[in-house]
Amino acid sequence: MTALLQVDDLRVHFGPVGAPGTVKAVDGISFSVERGRTLGLVGESGCGKSTTGYAILQLVPPTTGRVLYGGTDLCRADSGTLRRLRRKLQIIFQDAHASLNPRMPIGDLVGEALDIHGLHKGRARAGRIHELLDLVGLAGHLIERYPHELSGGQAQRVAICRALAVEPELIVCDEPVSALDVSIQAQIVNLLQDLQERLGLTYIFISHDLSVVRHMSDQVAVMYLGKIVEMAGKDEIYARPAHPYTKALMSAIPVPDPDSEAQRQRIILAGDLPNPANPPSGCRFRTRCPIAIDACAATDPPPHAMSATHWAKCIRLEEGS
Amino acid sequence: MPLLAVRNLRTRFATDRGTVRAVDGVSFDLAEGEVLGLVGESGSGKSVTALSIMRLVPEPPGRVTADSMSFDGTDLLRLTEAQAREVRGASMAMVFQDPMRSLNPVLSIGRQLVEVLQRHQKLGRQAARRRAIELLEMVGIPLADKRLAAYPHQFSGGMRQRVMIAIALSCNPRLLIADEATTALDVTIQAQIVDLVKRLTRERGTSVIWISHDLGVVANLCDRVNVMYAGRIVESAPIRDLFQRPSHGYTLGLLGSTPRIDGPALRRLSPIDGLPPNLIDPLPLCPFLPRCRVSVAACRERAPDRRDLGHEHWATCFAELGPRAP
Repeated sequence: MTALLQVDDLRVHFGPVGAPGTVKAVDGISFSVERGRTLGLVGESGCGKSTTGYAILQLVPPTTGRVLYGGTDLCRADSGTLRRLRRKLQIIFQDAHASLNPRMPIGDLVGEALDIHGLHKGRARAGRIHELLDLVGLAGHLIERYPHELSGGQAQRVAICRALAVEPELIVCDEPVSALDVSIQAQIVNLLQDLQERLGLTYIFISHDLSVVRHMSDQVAVMYLGKIVEMAGKDEIYARPAHPYTKALMSAIPVPDPDSEAQRQRIILAGDLPNPANPPSGCRFRTRCPIAIDACAATDPPPHAMSATHWAKCIRLEEGS
Repeated sequence: MPLLAVRNLRTRFATDRGTVRAVDGVSFDLAEGEVLGLVGESGSGKSVTALSIMRLVPEPPGRVTADSMSFDGTDLLRLTEAQAREVRGASMAMVFQDPMRSLNPVLSIGRQLVEVLQRHQKLGRQAARRRAIELLEMVGIPLADKRLAAYPHQFSGGMRQRVMIAIALSCNPRLLIADEATTALDVTIQAQIVDLVKRLTRERGTSVIWISHDLGVVANLCDRVNVMYAGRIVESAPIRDLFQRPSHGYTLGLLGSTPRIDGPALRRLSPIDGLPPNLIDPLPLCPFLPRCRVSVAACRERAPDRRDLGHEHWATCFAELGPRAP
């Protein structure tokens, strides 16, 4: 199967190039996603996962690297090509209310997406808007309502509806359920799964919540300070996390079961994320890593393969093999 | 005698559209050193319950009544505003979800900590400063003596929340109320904070009300849980009983909505359909009925009474649910 999206050595640096204080938000990451699949991108605040999502859509300009979509490098595409391809690549955000114009009724918000790309003009427009609202489980009478009249879950459905209006192939989902109550979160997660099955969508699912990512993803990439430290198929990474950061992250997720909670060993990481403008030398995780050795400061660790589909960047893994 | 005893707490807000029954007859006890979870979705009345106990509900438009609400022998509802302020600083403290909004952005961290210590502990400047450093060290802020001069924006979210906890603990409160205190934090920082709260209850016997919609954190931290829906407690149980034998349709819905990192990967979650209830004109029946997946005939006839399930476990639900499949 060929990849729908391929990202090669993507870097997004903020600030003057090469100057001290340049924030390397994304610093050389590569991955690919197959059509109809979901890649989960996880990590803590400031790890660069959202910036990666924006850079794929060229919403922030990548510093270097390639984003190949169906063979076209989006980083080098002219504005006309980019505009045409944006129809195929959409994004939904964490705060749906903030992403909807408060002065526009729901029908117009969805219609606007159609108008921009010249889809379903004239009489067909109203019918298509109803069809789209129905697709995301919103009642037709909401068409005249304004965003402030909607609950958080309904607003997120409208945002999904706008993204779907242009018949995209790939949707970047940036923490789409993190601000929602757990009961509503489950509704939206199920909706995204239904839509993927019905429309053959490809997702990049960005979240700090490893339980939701496990539920949504086929493949998972763990990011720390601008780099992917581990990548694997969902079942492999949750059954056998290899990188000490992935292990700590997983151990920190509480399980809704007091008996297993009592038995779980939690790896408490000391301190906070280091300043991304001045990351540690060598392995960036070494300052918080429970198993770091002197050699970790020397070189940026290369990927160590656990299997054909599972790798992690940690020099301590070499010892065991 | 429990540290806190709440009987039939009702908190209402007058609005243009009618009276909102935010808390509608809540009763519970909290023992010394106990960690009580308050669980439920937005609008279920968890935060308003906490604010009512803290006497922080503005009246009007709010109106707080109760048959009794006693804290360490004092009836909280009879306190004047000045007396309530004394109790709040010295014996009860609260930590909110968003530390940036609780900290003053133009005052240094040290000044905000020292202020509390001078006000409530009547410490001198030097003594207050020394104590402030101790407190920051206790909540795990490195180089505490240097950090006193820093301003809130120079701290990360996790550090700011730890400062809020340090301020809350500065007067050795007997009751700490944490309202979604770790919801906005990264999981590794959340684990640090939960660890800290556990240490406090163990070492100092602090009682805690932990408000959260995250059943995972609750399972890890709490001794007992009250599940709230539509301003009422619909189920109350010791922590293990709640998870082994959830006995209200809503509790079951919450558990089915929660994705897990352990166990076999589920193909689908079972969400709670529909929307939260109207708190202005409540149904004369179970408020969860329109969204319930396990309702029985009796649910459509009358409101359920509290059903005792033994082991200090009760629920207001007609459905006989039995133990949960593992």
